[in-house]
Amino acid sequence: MATADIHITEETHHDGHEHDHDHGSNFWTTYIFSTDHKMIAKQFLITGIFWALLGGTLSVIFRLQLGFPEAELGWLRPFLGDWITSQGKIDPEFYLALVTMHGTIMVFFVLTAGLSGTFSNFLIPLQIGARDMASGFMNMLSYWFFFVSSIIMLTSLFIETGPASGGWVIYPPLSALPQAISGSGLGMTMWLVSMALFIISTLLGGINYITTIINLRTKGMSFSKLPLTIWGFFFTAIVGLLSFPVLFSAVLLLIFDRSFGTSFYLSDIYINGEALPNQGGSPILFQHLFWFLGHPEVYIVILPAFGITSEIISTNSRKPIFGYKAMVGSLLFISLLSFVVWAHHMFVTGMNPFLGSVFMILTLIIAVPSAVKVFNYLTTLWKGNIRFTPAMLFSMGLVSFFISGGITGIFLGSAAIDIQLHDTYFVVAHFHLVMGSASFFGMVAGVYHWYPKMFGRMMDAKLGYIHFWLSFIGIYLVFFPMHYIGIAGYPRRYYSFTNFDALNSFTDLNMLVSIAAILTLSAQFIFIFNFFHSMWRGRRAPANPWESNTLEWTTPINPGHGNWPGEIPTVYRWPYDYSKPGAEKDFIPQHIPFSETLESNFEQENELIKLEGTDSKAIVIDGK
Amino acid sequence: MFEVIIVIGVLLLLFILYTLFRIGSLVNVVKGTDKKVVSMSNRVNGALMMIVMIAGLGFMFWYSWVYFDKYTLPVASIHGELTDKLFWVTTAITGVVFVITNILLFWFGYKYQHKEGHRATFYPDNVKLELMWTIVPSIVLVVLGYYGLQAWHDITGKASDDAEVIEVMGYQFAWAVRYPGIKDNQLGDYNYKLIDDKNGNLFGIDVTDENSYDDFTPLEMHLPVNKEVLLIIRARDVLHSVFMPHQRVKMDAVPGMPTHFKFTATKTTQELRDEIGNPDFDYFITCAEICGRAHFSMKLKVVVDTQEDYDKWKSEQQPWLKLNPDYLKDIPAEKRELAKIKAGIEDTELDASL
Repeated sequence: MATADIHITEETHHDGHEHDHDHGSNFWTTYIFSTDHKMIAKQFLITGIFWALLGGTLSVIFRLQLGFPEAELGWLRPFLGDWITSQGKIDPEFYLALVTMHGTIMVFFVLTAGLSGTFSNFLIPLQIGARDMASGFMNMLSYWFFFVSSIIMLTSLFIETGPASGGWVIYPPLSALPQAISGSGLGMTMWLVSMALFIISTLLGGINYITTIINLRTKGMSFSKLPLTIWGFFFTAIVGLLSFPVLFSAVLLLIFDRSFGTSFYLSDIYINGEALPNQGGSPILFQHLFWFLGHPEVYIVILPAFGITSEIISTNSRKPIFGYKAMVGSLLFISLLSFVVWAHHMFVTGMNPFLGSVFMILTLIIAVPSAVKVFNYLTTLWKGNIRFTPAMLFSMGLVSFFISGGITGIFLGSAAIDIQLHDTYFVVAHFHLVMGSASFFGMVAGVYHWYPKMFGRMMDAKLGYIHFWLSFIGIYLVFFPMHYIGIAGYPRRYYSFTNFDALNSFTDLNMLVSIAAILTLSAQFIFIFNFFHSMWRGRRAPANPWESNTLEWTTPINPGHGNWPGEIPTVYRWPYDYSKPGAEKDFIPQHIPFSETLESNFEQENELIKLEGTDSKAIVIDGK
Repeated sequence: MFEVIIVIGVLLLLFILYTLFRIGSLVNVVKGTDKKVVSMSNRVNGALMMIVMIAGLGFMFWYSWVYFDKYTLPVASIHGELTDKLFWVTTAITGVVFVITNILLFWFGYKYQHKEGHRATFYPDNVKLELMWTIVPSIVLVVLGYYGLQAWHDITGKASDDAEVIEVMGYQFAWAVRYPGIKDNQLGDYNYKLIDDKNGNLFGIDVTDENSYDDFTPLEMHLPVNKEVLLIIRARDVLHSVFMPHQRVKMDAVPGMPTHFKFTATKTTQELRDEIGNPDFDYFITCAEICGRAHFSMKLKVVVDTQEDYDKWKSEQQPWLKLNPDYLKDIPAEKRELAKIKAGIEDTELDASL
């Protein structure tokens, strides 16, 4: 039954492909309103790169303030206008706006849309052997909702009252009351509208990813033969589908509180000389709703990066990923747990301490599957034959960041220790390493690895190496010192520490962090140059530049709409047959049947040969 | 003119870099190294793995050791000693894991870098190994979790009945404190609708409640040493968070939902001044939850006194009502006499104000 369905899909898509060519696809249908998953992926990627640069630049501006509090910043006035005070300082409210927008942009627009949007779109059909996404139209809508959302968020940077500035977590009442901070005026409204559209985009994308993975796998591509990338995207999409609607409701209620006089989050407030009528609401309710998304969100950000790096580390170690089942299992376990740990962000909000205990236990449990992943990565490297492609370097960087940042999660997950560390720089160090930098590295690794498939050309490897080492060292220099600053009790989101005698002894470290941040951002321009230069001037890519096993490398070098010109290859084996004993080469792609690799087959694999030549339906059933 | 020179210099530098890059790639094409899967760069990267790892770990240990006193805050409360201990035990355990796993990562990278003619070991799984590294971390986490839970339970448990109750309220952008007064030792009721900054009622003190008559609202917080203190924490506009770094106290201040935190200070201000050798040192409360423009400057001086000094200080404080006698007229007539007595208001003063 399943086979028949797939066949029909193939035919129709194939027809559509011919059709496109007959009538000539114009600029608009090819590059703008494209329904081709590969083009949509590139749209997400380019938009994501734009946002990453902007988000990074914002962080450098506030790092200038933190690292060089005495510096005269009047030269920024041509760009920032009145946000630079007459004394040549960054306005304290604008500082908060910078922090807020940096967080929002990086978490949602870069590491959610830029990462999942790019690689789920690009790789799912190519790696499972499908012509395109289940719904190309919904996929296009997903990008354009994201685009409109981006435009609104970007516009909010330029309005007079400034963008949202209550932190990326937008806790009310601060975010609900324009009297409390000017960013909570029009800027906050635009933030909320933008996020609502963003959520729609994410849901449209997510439904598509899930449906495609479940329904459009090629012959033989059972779930147990899926590359770990696809598993990563699959769980990510499910987690997003279940958690983003909760943020939507949180956002909606906040819109009601702000604009229609309801009191979901507001109670007993006296501000600007007047007592507000709102009573009975709870700011804590918002935090629960927010973190019900917010915590899964950090896994939405890191799981695709895990998938990508698993694939890259295995390919470039020339070894099967160690413990495939454990890798999938830990992804699943992390995804499940991600829904029941949200309140560890709220230990000191006055929440019932018993709840704190429950969430503490559940949080600590997450360390187990995370540890399993790390050990499995390490064992994959062990006795490998490692090729340091830029993608491989970035993947190993991810593992290092994930270890360093993950370990501090054990401190913060323990409620008693969290009392002191909560909302200090220790937290900043923790999440920037474990989810920020780690998933950023996953994303960059993915770009380096699949660039040949995206653009048919190779990126320059040497520039990639320079980019990696500068970024890797730079990021550690930015975030490692923050642990010390946090242990010393420095709260985050502080414009300056000059008011605190006892907290004013880290000027040297703060300066180091700021310089490292500037260097790290500068290093990204090497990548930008490499990315765009290679698009036109890069070396032409061979069909399978990394000698990888997955299906995308069986397509033409520049795959057209529909991906494979002929029939979609059938899959016979798992994607990690690297360095199989007895095999001629050190990799055997997924579409090579066991009957062609008699020299390297294991016994149970020889059994499978019997099924290969006969009815393909049998293989599908076998896979299910 | 100077700017133009800088721009030209930058452009020139970029051009030189670009030319070097082009020459490099052309040389690669001529040599044919660009077609090789693995080039010399592989060795360079492998070596860099070791260098960066050793340098990085070296820096970490050096800084952690040499600057230990700089980044660790003295601890001045009973539960703070406990959470600090937990922190350092966790640091020791996870520090070992951190160092070992990072060393393995980079060392494997170096050791198993590509060698011509060599083939990787096909090693897809090992159930025993995987079970081991599932179970061992689980056990460690159970132990850490157990002690963590115990500490959390103690810290968040009910305060003793004779704890010193102090109310602290956050608002944009300062902290205000209120003490229950010596006569009744009970905090009076409040209502946010009664808040009136112009007339000095920051707390929204409800003068119909007789417990409020002797409450006093000093400009700094005093605490007795070695006696349990229960902070009643609230906010009246946006979220704030009471953070006393030295006492390891942190609790959000939430409008509409009073929170609390109990702790026992163990060192007087003077004792800590002696300990760190800084005669100007003062404890403080600062804000740990983003609350607006001046979030970074919400500071309140905290003084930890010996019991005698504390009692003396308390007895010297003027009740709020005495400092704001205008509110006497809002007190129901039958309670006014009581209010006068509790607030220590002399009749002569009263006449002047009414």
